[in-house]
Amino acid sequence: MNTIFKVLKYQARDAVRSRWLIGYAIFFGLVAEGLLRFSGDPAKTQLSLVSVVLFVVPLVAIVFGTVYLYNAREFVELILAQPVRRRQTYTGLYLGLALPMVLAYTLGIGFPFLLRGIDAAAWDTLVALLAAGTVLTGTFCAIATLIAVRCEDRLRGLGTAIAVWLMLTVVYDGFVLFLLAVMSDYPLERATLVMMMANPIDIARVALLLRFDGAAMMGYTGAVFLKFFAGAWGTAITATALTVWILAPVVLGMRAFQRKDF
Amino acid sequence: MNQLKIQITGLSKRFGSVRVVPVLSTVDLVVRTGRVIAIVGPNGAGKTTLIKSILGLTRPETGRILIDGNDVVGQDAYRSRIGYMPQIARFQENLTGAELIEMLKDLRGGTAELDVQLLESFGLGPALGQPLRVLSGGTRQKVNAAMAFLFSPDILVLDEPTAGLDPLASSILKDKILADRGAGRTVVVTSHIMNELEELADDVAFLLDGRIAFVGTLDEVKRITAQATLERAVATMMSRGWVRAA
Repeated sequence: MNTIFKVLKYQARDAVRSRWLIGYAIFFGLVAEGLLRFSGDPAKTQLSLVSVVLFVVPLVAIVFGTVYLYNAREFVELILAQPVRRRQTYTGLYLGLALPMVLAYTLGIGFPFLLRGIDAAAWDTLVALLAAGTVLTGTFCAIATLIAVRCEDRLRGLGTAIAVWLMLTVVYDGFVLFLLAVMSDYPLERATLVMMMANPIDIARVALLLRFDGAAMMGYTGAVFLKFFAGAWGTAITATALTVWILAPVVLGMRAFQRKDF
Repeated sequence: MNQLKIQITGLSKRFGSVRVVPVLSTVDLVVRTGRVIAIVGPNGAGKTTLIKSILGLTRPETGRILIDGNDVVGQDAYRSRIGYMPQIARFQENLTGAELIEMLKDLRGGTAELDVQLLESFGLGPALGQPLRVLSGGTRQKVNAAMAFLFSPDILVLDEPTAGLDPLASSILKDKILADRGAGRTVVVTSHIMNELEELADDVAFLLDGRIAFVGTLDEVKRITAQATLERAVATMMSRGWVRAA
């Protein structure tokens, strides 16, 4: 426990000073501020931000995370040459990467809204937006850590990271749409729900859009989703799926880290 | 004769899962307390893997590593008694040297007596407050060296310690190594610079293709190969593809 916190402390201290991470916070600040100025409406701005967040957060988390951890190789060796346990070191490294990214994201998005002051409804959706970004950062930083541990070659690792992101962002949705089109004669609401749970970005997308009154536009499927996500079961299943999406890569990465030769 | 500090028996390691490459093959090596042992051999002979096995950075497939009689494979606590100076000192570039040192103190639990001699002789004071990214390679290497000696460890493991150091810093470091040996510390060192090892080493282990091809005192190496310097002696062993363990 102690080692986790110590590793986290110094790793995070390095990460928050990284120009890339500061740029990431400023990027979200500018996008949120820009959208607010153009639309003048916090609710519309947040709805537009959903697409940006779902696209950018996974990409930056997985690419920045992978590159950062490859660059930290000698640092990790230095830590492991001290009397520390590998399991705790790994957890510290992961949190030391993910928490600064969450911080940068939260500050970037939150600041423009806080400056203006927003009503209660907009607060709800802002919190949902921040929560979704946090969960996605957690998942994609965990995948980045897994890749950096498993893959010795940094170019291959970076390629894998981008491929994973493309799969989950573009290819997977294409596949689902294709399936829905081919099978359009059958009731697929349940199947769609299951397929969605298999992709963290999709879970985040639907969970977010349903909070924005956008569900009314989604017709019958939207109604099924709304019922599912509003219910206790739906909430529990969604929370479980998102947790699994964070824990699975963390656990796989930790096991690989414990066996790794540096 | 001095006590046994590190005893390595039957240490083997292979890398790769598809094309398996043996890096260390049943290495046996004894390091005695209060002596400096130089690990020499051509590139890719397994020197760094051997050193990293002692530190637990690389996990051996077979074999045992005993430190003061205790098997340390898979253990963690014993590393508080080792000071490690890695070959490459590219640590997190946004941290300062002082923060790195603070981190090591935190991780080690801060019971050991601090040895700041190298920090002072290198004149690192002002540089420690700056982020590593703005420091020169030589200065970073000085920080790296100072960190290995900082916790007054029983065992020093130094991988190419003088690489990147100017002659003055290099001399300071060598004096420090010899002084610590005099104080009863055990040193395992690798280097490509044989003249430097000649100054430092009591014993020499010659690694070839993952095997210990020769191990003995500095004088024995020179006598057996009939050469006047360690550099010539090692060159002779390399050209003959030395296979006799002494």
